[in-house]
Amino acid sequence: MGKLKSQEEYEKTGSFRFWRWLDGRRDPYVGQVEMQPQTPVETPELTIRERLWDSQAVRDKVYDIENNKKLNFFHRVYVLAAIVYCAGLAMILLAMVADLPPTGEAERPVNNEVSARYIESGLQETGAVNIVTGMILDYRAFDTFGESNVLFAATTTVLILLHMKKKGKDGRTEEIANDRLLEPKQDAILQATATVLVPIIILFGIYVILNGHLSPGGGFSGGAIIGAGLILYLSAFGFERTEKLFTEKVYKYVSFAALTTYCLAKSYSFFTGANHLESHIPLGTPGAILSSGLIFLLNICVGMVVACTMYTFYVMFRKGDF
Amino acid sequence: MSAWEWIRLLAGGALLLGGLLIFLIEMYGVFRFKYVLNRMHAAALGDTLGITCSMAGLMLLSGFRFSTLKMAMVIVFLWLTSPVSSHLLARLEAGTNEELGEHCEVYEKLETLEAELQDRREEQQMQEAQEQKEEAL
Repeated sequence: MGKLKSQEEYEKTGSFRFWRWLDGRRDPYVGQVEMQPQTPVETPELTIRERLWDSQAVRDKVYDIENNKKLNFFHRVYVLAAIVYCAGLAMILLAMVADLPPTGEAERPVNNEVSARYIESGLQETGAVNIVTGMILDYRAFDTFGESNVLFAATTTVLILLHMKKKGKDGRTEEIANDRLLEPKQDAILQATATVLVPIIILFGIYVILNGHLSPGGGFSGGAIIGAGLILYLSAFGFERTEKLFTEKVYKYVSFAALTTYCLAKSYSFFTGANHLESHIPLGTPGAILSSGLIFLLNICVGMVVACTMYTFYVMFRKGDF
Repeated sequence: MSAWEWIRLLAGGALLLGGLLIFLIEMYGVFRFKYVLNRMHAAALGDTLGITCSMAGLMLLSGFRFSTLKMAMVIVFLWLTSPVSSHLLARLEAGTNEELGEHCEVYEKLETLEAELQDRREEQQMQEAQEQKEEAL
């Protein structure tokens, strides 16, 4: 066990300097390196004239474009060859399309036992009327989990690159304040429309998410609709209103909770169901709103992640802060 | 098919084709005009009248069911949003283009629009009166 060093001793150690450098409390270059502004390079007028004269001479005397027979011939052949090439490409592609096997033929490689299984027993195994949702959130739920995590990783990267913290040093707070001045003026017509439309849009998004296993839609599309509604609200009423609802903390908690719920629920289902053990998750009657086991829950998780991602992207690229 | 169904088919088809024609005019106008506000005027044509005609035609063709209601909702949504987005675009153009006066008549203050118009009318009348005098001379 090392004894506690005094502050003066500690300041002489390398670790103190390292942490000081890492925190940015001291810039090692300030005061050590002399910064000099670059002197702009001035080209004398004579050189510019010489260059102009040279390029003109090259054009006029060396190549003599207008009287060069070879070059003219080449240009004509080039245009002809381009036309022939494009026409030939179009012919080849059209011939390929005409040669494709007709849709619905039983012997095509696409029609293998995988899709047959999805179509035949998808309803009994997943309980989802919408077969596509049954596929992406039950058979291939692991893949969808990866997609949600990709969205999360993308938002995190954007946050790292563009996020400006409010309590920053060296005048970043001022930057944010200046940015707010540049925001467009609040528009009465847009506000009136947004008052009517935003609740409807968000409700429609919730409807699309909740009915993901019954009708076309699901977490991704519904989440995008909710995110669009939030963005409309933001552009109509400004950041002062949305700050109360959606902050960095909210983003953190919602994304974390949604992804963790997804991960835990699907791991449970994989570890029990995939090994042919009883998973105790009732599938319910197909067509009812509370049916198809975990798909309902997973759709909600995906929808929340997508909505948060859309909104955060917009906010980050517009202002750099929630 | 009964007579009623024939009428429905023909009316629906005519509306659909009319909507497509309006879209065609819209596309032509968007590429024909050179200035933003003129182009917006052409583009708004398709977003309101064109989509309404096409949707009404589709509603007639599909008959009365749940999807008809959805199409009606699409029309309502577009009628609500498209003019607002046009308005915002026009506002942006008017707010940022410093040479707006070259393209259209600009009234500096909307509050005194009536007074300004009255002034302009009086100026015109004065000019006309002067011209008449000169002609008489």
